[in-house]
Amino acid sequence: MQATNMTDAGPTPPVPPPPHRARPVRLLLLLPFIAMLAVPTFNFAEPALFGLPFFYWYQLLWILICSALVGVVYIVEGGSGRR
Amino acid sequence: MNWTATAIFIALFLFVTALGFFAAQWRKGDLDLLHEWGLGGRRFGTMVAWFLLGGDLYTAYTFIAVPALVFGAGALGFFAVPYTIVVYPILYVVFPRLWAVAHRHGYVTAADFVRGRFGNPWLALAVAVTGLLATMPYIALQLVGMEVVIGALGFQAEGFAADLPLIIAFVILAAFTYTSGLRAPAMIAVVKDVLVYITVIAAVIVVPMELGGYAKIFAAVPVAKLTLPTPPAGSLGSYSAYATLALGSACALFLYPHSITGVLSSSGAGVIRRNAAILPAYSFVLGLLALLGFMVLAMGVAQNPAYAEGFRRYGSNYAIPALFLAAFPSWFVGVAFAAVAIGALVPAAIMSIASANTFTRNIWREFLNPACTDAQEAGVAKIVSLVVKVGALFFIIFLPQQYAIQLQLLGGVWIIQTAPAVMLGLFFRFFNGWALLAGWAAGIATGTWMAAMLNFRASVYPLQVLGITIPGYAALYSVLVNVAVAAALSLLLNVLAPDRHRDVTTEADYG
Repeated sequence: MQATNMTDAGPTPPVPPPPHRARPVRLLLLLPFIAMLAVPTFNFAEPALFGLPFFYWYQLLWILICSALVGVVYIVEGGSGRR
Repeated sequence: MNWTATAIFIALFLFVTALGFFAAQWRKGDLDLLHEWGLGGRRFGTMVAWFLLGGDLYTAYTFIAVPALVFGAGALGFFAVPYTIVVYPILYVVFPRLWAVAHRHGYVTAADFVRGRFGNPWLALAVAVTGLLATMPYIALQLVGMEVVIGALGFQAEGFAADLPLIIAFVILAAFTYTSGLRAPAMIAVVKDVLVYITVIAAVIVVPMELGGYAKIFAAVPVAKLTLPTPPAGSLGSYSAYATLALGSACALFLYPHSITGVLSSSGAGVIRRNAAILPAYSFVLGLLALLGFMVLAMGVAQNPAYAEGFRRYGSNYAIPALFLAAFPSWFVGVAFAAVAIGALVPAAIMSIASANTFTRNIWREFLNPACTDAQEAGVAKIVSLVVKVGALFFIIFLPQQYAIQLQLLGGVWIIQTAPAVMLGLFFRFFNGWALLAGWAAGIATGTWMAAMLNFRASVYPLQVLGITIPGYAALYSVLVNVAVAAALSLLLNVLAPDRHRDVTTEADYG
């Protein structure tokens, strides 16, 4: 399996599994939870945008933000290099 | 009878029928193998998976029910938006691991994974049965969506003739699912999504133009419905209800067998990660659709005598069809209604395939006929997919619609109880199989009891903690009980009866 494993005469022990790395960039994925579960922070009608009350456009905006955050994490993790 | 709309509707329906049968030839595989028939050979790339998952998760019922809820309940109904936001970080972090381990070990269902991970056939059975019970009423509800638009086209027959269009649609669905498997809904999903996007974009542009802009629409909405009501003293009121409905629904969504079928049919874990970033496009459409509920209010459609009969028959589920009838020319009504009906076919097909996979793999092969060949397994799955659909059809034709809605509500409370075994199980091997089974039972019991206390009419349970009322989604409360029981018992059982040696997966399988 591994050319570097010269000392072991027996069957090669399995490669130690990559521990699930605590990837700090993934903390970004907590932001949508914090924003969306803090309901009192957005339960307002004003300011309206294009006639949409704040409650609605703010949450619609977070769809875009969340999508972007997932995209950022994907790129930082080098996702495009993987299958 | 609206002839122009009906003609367009039927033409589009025939088109997707042809597509459904043709799909068997697409990326041809041996359809006598379960993973070929039931997972499309795990070959769907980013774009196909996007259409498939979009068609799978954002169902016709969603498109009818979410605006109907906003129309009826106002701002609370908008919880579908935060729900379909927070679900994607969960999809990104958790489900590529499921894809990887399933690919390595040939798993087709969530219960397959649980069987391999915990080596406990009874836990796997619990996961499988929960999946089946949660999915059945969901399939029935897809028919509700279809029934409403067929009714709105103007079929006003009584008795058997009234149900005939629905029966024909379902026979067609059953036939192409049988022959083409998951390839059929994957292909049809593309048409469905194009129709849905066209319809929604037209609606959010045309209707506000007719009504004089969004500001006018929202000015017509009663203040009480515009935002969430401020909670009374001593209660978190609608705030905790809104947040827990969003979070609980998001935790449950990808545990449904049809979601897992969609995830596992991808060609790689990267496909799932990319989709976690691009699927929110559908959430945006859903959010716009939810706003249509307010347009129904503003247009006064419900007061129009032309639609009184529809509202009497279908309740607030008639809101969106009535809006389309009022706002669009006939030919476009046909397109919009076809979008809803075809939007019902796609998830109904995937749900029946997912149920068939689950029954065949985790009940029939596991307990009834372990010696079956792969071809027999695929054969049984195809037949089960028919049985499931006939069951859903009977349900809708012979039982009150309210039963399906109540059962689907319960289904959400039940399916989330598989979260500790499936989602936590993907990351931790701390839990003991028997402890998870006990936690599952405790969660099902708690959740069902809470729902019963609410007369099965709602899913927001007013929990009392230290004198404060915290209304919250029963699914979320009951799964916390589930996790607590599973964790406590695991501490004990890991000493008394350790079962970690039964895990056939290794950490490397998940990467």
